[in-house]
Amino acid sequence: MTDKTIPQSGHVVPAVFTRDMLDWLPWLEPVAADQMSERQLASLVDAARVKSDYFRLLARDPDVLEARTRTDKDIFYNADGGLPRAERELAAAATSRLNGCIYCASVHARFAATYSKRTEDVDKLLAEGTGADLDKRWNAIVAASVALTETPISFGPQHVDALRAVGLDDDAIVDVINAASFFNWANRLMLSLGEPTPAKA
Amino acid sequence: MDVIDTLAGIASGSHLDTIRRTRRPTAREHAQKSYDSLFAPADFGGFTAAERHAVAVFIAGLHGQDAIKAFYAGKAGNTAAIDAEIAVATTKGPYGAFPKGPLSTEDTAGPIYRVGDKNRAAIGPRLAAAFEHVHMLVFHPRDADARSLQSLLDAGWTTTEIVTLSQLVAFLSFQIRVVAGLKVLAAKS
Repeated sequence: MTDKTIPQSGHVVPAVFTRDMLDWLPWLEPVAADQMSERQLASLVDAARVKSDYFRLLARDPDVLEARTRTDKDIFYNADGGLPRAERELAAAATSRLNGCIYCASVHARFAATYSKRTEDVDKLLAEGTGADLDKRWNAIVAASVALTETPISFGPQHVDALRAVGLDDDAIVDVINAASFFNWANRLMLSLGEPTPAKA
Repeated sequence: MDVIDTLAGIASGSHLDTIRRTRRPTAREHAQKSYDSLFAPADFGGFTAAERHAVAVFIAGLHGQDAIKAFYAGKAGNTAAIDAEIAVATTKGPYGAFPKGPLSTEDTAGPIYRVGDKNRAAIGPRLAAAFEHVHMLVFHPRDADARSLQSLLDAGWTTTEIVTLSQLVAFLSFQIRVVAGLKVLAAKS
């Protein structure tokens, strides 16, 4: 059988950044849920992800998917020191905003708002972009994420100074570097293998 | 030392080595496993070791990261044609268009890269299609659409190989940034 892309049509295309729930429609055929090998099922790490077209598509290369997922979870969920979860999510949302990943930005803006309780600031980032004036600490984290996301990478000693000036130690700065860098991974998969649409109510 | 340590110059027992090993050990371990799964998998399938390293050389070159490029070039064969393409393909990102609407005011124009006629034969049709896709993912990922994937299928890439290729460019976008960031931080420690 010749492989084909999946034409997606007739769906609503989100045209703004939002904290609303979105779905994601694949452009290539995911592995069917009832055709997944044991290795592919294990590569999901979370069994519930078998419902996700995105993860069943990535399960075509299970070793890479599993390593990706375990990297992701440690960068964002490991609570041993470093940056508070809300600000790791802020770095993810800012990276996604700059790259233009409306799907990723929606997920991580929701997390940033939930953990920080600063919904207005998160919405300002989504509406105005990465130049939005939030507060000194958040501005420094967003600026570092932007500098890491640009190509060529413009992150330099001035960004480390700015992060230290607002109270980040080196554990926390490593988290900023990891979180922004990881979303340069995630954004490229989400943007190039499918597209978002509003979640069904 | 893992690959990120090697590329960032993080010595065993140094301040950043300690942070990586004690604070985020699982991220450290699985960043390396990601690299291993992409560049030294048990089964390369139809996406050969030489192709994987050639794509990595092109990606590192587009980022202006010469040391990382040299690291991948060791297993990429002759890179003369790739080097010539890097020289003309390098630009600044991220640019691209948003879905039509309020965000259209943020649309940023930039080049759509095609492999030059002079190097197309040396690179070959399959890698040429990959390079064109990779350039978009590096510099203007929000312009991706299903047609980009169709171009890869038309050039002989299977769906599974496209997933691995996508992971390879996305992973390198991560690895290159972690290395760049940690190098800056190490110099400030």
